[in-house]
Amino acid sequence: MTSTVALPAQHSIIGHDAPRIDAIPKVTGAAEFAGDLRLHGMTFGRLLRSPYAHARIVSIDASRAEALPGVIAVMTGQNLPSADPYYGHALKDRPILAFDRVRFVGEPVVAVAAEELSIADEAITLIDVKYEELPAAVTIAQALAPDGPHLHDTARLRAGLFHGLGEIQLEPGNVCYHHAFARGDADAIFANADVVVEGEYTFPAVFQYALEPHTTIAEWHGDDDLTLWSSCQHPFLVRAEVADLFALPVGAVRVVVPFLGGGFGAKSYTKMEPITAALARVAGRPVRIANSVDESMVTTRRHGMTAWMRTAASRDGTLLAREVRAWFDTGAYADNGPRVVATGADAAPGPYRWEAVKVDAWGVYTNTSPAGSYRAFGATHLQWCGELQVEEIGRRCGLDALQMRERNLLRRGESVRPGGKPLDADLVGDIQRVARGLDWDTPKPEGISGRGMSVGLLAAGAHPVSTATVRLEADGSVTLLVSSTEVGQGARTVFSQIVAEELAVPMDQIRVLGGDTRVTPYDRSTGASRSTTLAGMAVMRAAVEIRQQLVAIASRVFALPEEALEVRAGAIWHEGESLPYSGLIKAHFGMVGGELQGHGAVRPESGSGSYAEGPVFWEVCIGGSELVIDPDTGKVSIRKVVSVADVGKALNPRLVEAQEMGGAMQGIGNALHEEMLFDETGTLLNATLFEYHVPAIADMPAAFVSNIVENEDGPGPYGAKGVGAGAHPRRGGGPAPPPRAPPG
Amino acid sequence: MPLETVALPTILLNTTVNGQPLSLQIEPRTILLDLLRDRLQLTGAKRSCDSQVCGACTVLLDGSPVSACCTLAYEADGRSIETIEGLAGPDGLHPIQQAFVDNAGIQCGFCTPGFVLTAKSLLAENSRPSRAEIAAYLGGNLCRCTGYWNILTAVEDAAGRMAHEHVQGPE
Repeated sequence: MTSTVALPAQHSIIGHDAPRIDAIPKVTGAAEFAGDLRLHGMTFGRLLRSPYAHARIVSIDASRAEALPGVIAVMTGQNLPSADPYYGHALKDRPILAFDRVRFVGEPVVAVAAEELSIADEAITLIDVKYEELPAAVTIAQALAPDGPHLHDTARLRAGLFHGLGEIQLEPGNVCYHHAFARGDADAIFANADVVVEGEYTFPAVFQYALEPHTTIAEWHGDDDLTLWSSCQHPFLVRAEVADLFALPVGAVRVVVPFLGGGFGAKSYTKMEPITAALARVAGRPVRIANSVDESMVTTRRHGMTAWMRTAASRDGTLLAREVRAWFDTGAYADNGPRVVATGADAAPGPYRWEAVKVDAWGVYTNTSPAGSYRAFGATHLQWCGELQVEEIGRRCGLDALQMRERNLLRRGESVRPGGKPLDADLVGDIQRVARGLDWDTPKPEGISGRGMSVGLLAAGAHPVSTATVRLEADGSVTLLVSSTEVGQGARTVFSQIVAEELAVPMDQIRVLGGDTRVTPYDRSTGASRSTTLAGMAVMRAAVEIRQQLVAIASRVFALPEEALEVRAGAIWHEGESLPYSGLIKAHFGMVGGELQGHGAVRPESGSGSYAEGPVFWEVCIGGSELVIDPDTGKVSIRKVVSVADVGKALNPRLVEAQEMGGAMQGIGNALHEEMLFDETGTLLNATLFEYHVPAIADMPAAFVSNIVENEDGPGPYGAKGVGAGAHPRRGGGPAPPPRAPPG
Repeated sequence: MPLETVALPTILLNTTVNGQPLSLQIEPRTILLDLLRDRLQLTGAKRSCDSQVCGACTVLLDGSPVSACCTLAYEADGRSIETIEGLAGPDGLHPIQQAFVDNAGIQCGFCTPGFVLTAKSLLAENSRPSRAEIAAYLGGNLCRCTGYWNILTAVEDAAGRMAHEHVQGPE
């Protein structure tokens, strides 16, 4: 791409703290979320859920519910209206409604649509389901036991539409995915190494808790046109999966995404859309299903994990080899489990130079609620284990935490993994910033029990396909169509800044339409810290295309070469003369004018060369903290968090910092407070926010030190790379108190 | 055997919502949040935890914050309800709202109305609270996006703006 007319080198909008374009509707209550919408004729859905972790459904008698006035439809596994009863983007293992057996407590068994929610609530109490209980495997150990019950006929499972994991071949049993790789001769190194550290680790299942529970509205027009309004992060992937379920062309399904009340991965891929669409089809009326929080808790969660890891080093602290075995509890259905397993395994060696690594990771079905994506999925599970071992080796070799990293961290350009993009960040510089933030070269302050640092790499960006369209209207205002979901990260604000910068128009002249698969152009997904880097690049290209059209028009109008023109303040200038965009559009189209359209795309084989090799970029997951442990009660308090956001270029520094603060707080929650507790029957014991504690204001660290590193080394617009996930997993060293780990 | 619906008795609710007097028949069991969201189309108060933990449904009842998800609508009888929709005036945002906008105290926005209203109650009780006092007062509101820093800063800023306005008087 060539830009014939250069903009001023100094950015006027990019790199500045532009206010959020959605702030006013959000602060006045005007912003609409899925649950705020009301369709004409809309009915209200409620689900009867399984009380058993594993049982055969013997019979369902819903006659009393059907007879209740105000009930519009009752759907069971026997009258599903879809062409395929099974969904799942990785493995088609999940029925829309359980129709032969239930596999977790909370699995939907019957769906009711009624004129009022209170009627639907009453109706599900009138349904009689007879179950025959089956032996359940509610832990990883039970699921892997030789005589453990099998949840699925794994050998016959069909692959989903976009698992992206090569050919999936499964053995009978409860393993839904196995990811393994080995480089070098690990056995030989461990046999002869000076220092070997070994440990077993567990990570609990945790709940993403986006404040807005999953909410979906479905409306059919005839039997071949479906619209879904849904709190989903990936509308195009939902569209593809729902169209496939009902054997419809993808264009027949429209997915509209209002504002999301948080996502964090909980709303990635397909969740409540199939059951809502099916119920609306049976009802012949629009249906809304709005989960309660306890229902969302059993809709998706983060994987629990058990792992064994050992690390070898030479006497001088040089890391040599690492071996990892990890088992991820994906619950009753795979959801995004295979990808989580693969990402977790790939991240397990950490950002170090190894002579040998050997990693095995398994996704394991259990009779508990399904697990999927959660912020920085995969990276979070094993980073802290590896970082603890690095520091323990340091203790044995006489090197402190910083010295161990300085000695062993990969340098820019070194291979992270074969076939992948070489390291595109300055990790040593980043960890030294963390150390400075912790005053590492001075003794530990009085009263501080411990301080630590943690660094990892996350393969970010997901699959690099994004498009955007910019329309320059006849009056010079701009409409941007881009499908990235606004989950709160500020994507629409940053996109607006990019357009404002590239077209030299004020942000208040730009309107951003987002998330309507029939209106806004394709974007693969919103997650993996990809929106600024990928959709942002598509937006930039679309805006540049318009700029080029404007300059070409102005060149004809002024009868001057393009090089003689300048783009500034919503107009094209030649020396003291200017024509505003509205004048150029009228000159081009005549009469009242038309509009200019610009299109931008990012795909793997195009771009600046860097999208061709995976990942899109290496997201640096790094930070440090100081904590205090009360010697009497054992209570752990975080005193200080040091964040380093290695973002290439901060297009909006305040939004970057906000991502860092929020991600750090979720990391603290995962490390110190949060754990989903399933009892021996597979029932979630802490299914309310009374019992499941997410961080409140009282849990805030006293100090937050934010560093933004701008090396302009990212593949996104202006050298940007993503942010958001990386703040989450970096809680090793300091705030992670793992079982069976050496004391810090 | 078809079931019969039993028409539930209704009672008359006399209340004031965002300054507007209102009389309407409600079922005694009606939850305040349902009344606001479903009958009055005031959807700024959000439903999340449904158990008075998260604060997303916070509205002010005679100026004090309550969780509308756990309040019977009839409890508002003879009292005044203020929701987020009633906060901005004809001249624009309330200073607390403006402070949330200016200090990046907003991300996904789902918790924002609850925080803003709780802050309004705080500042009515204590016009220049310390950061610790703000943190204590907002302890019943959860936010999963911001990590709370910018929310605290916004409320501090709002207190300063309102004190200044008080000194200057309305324009």
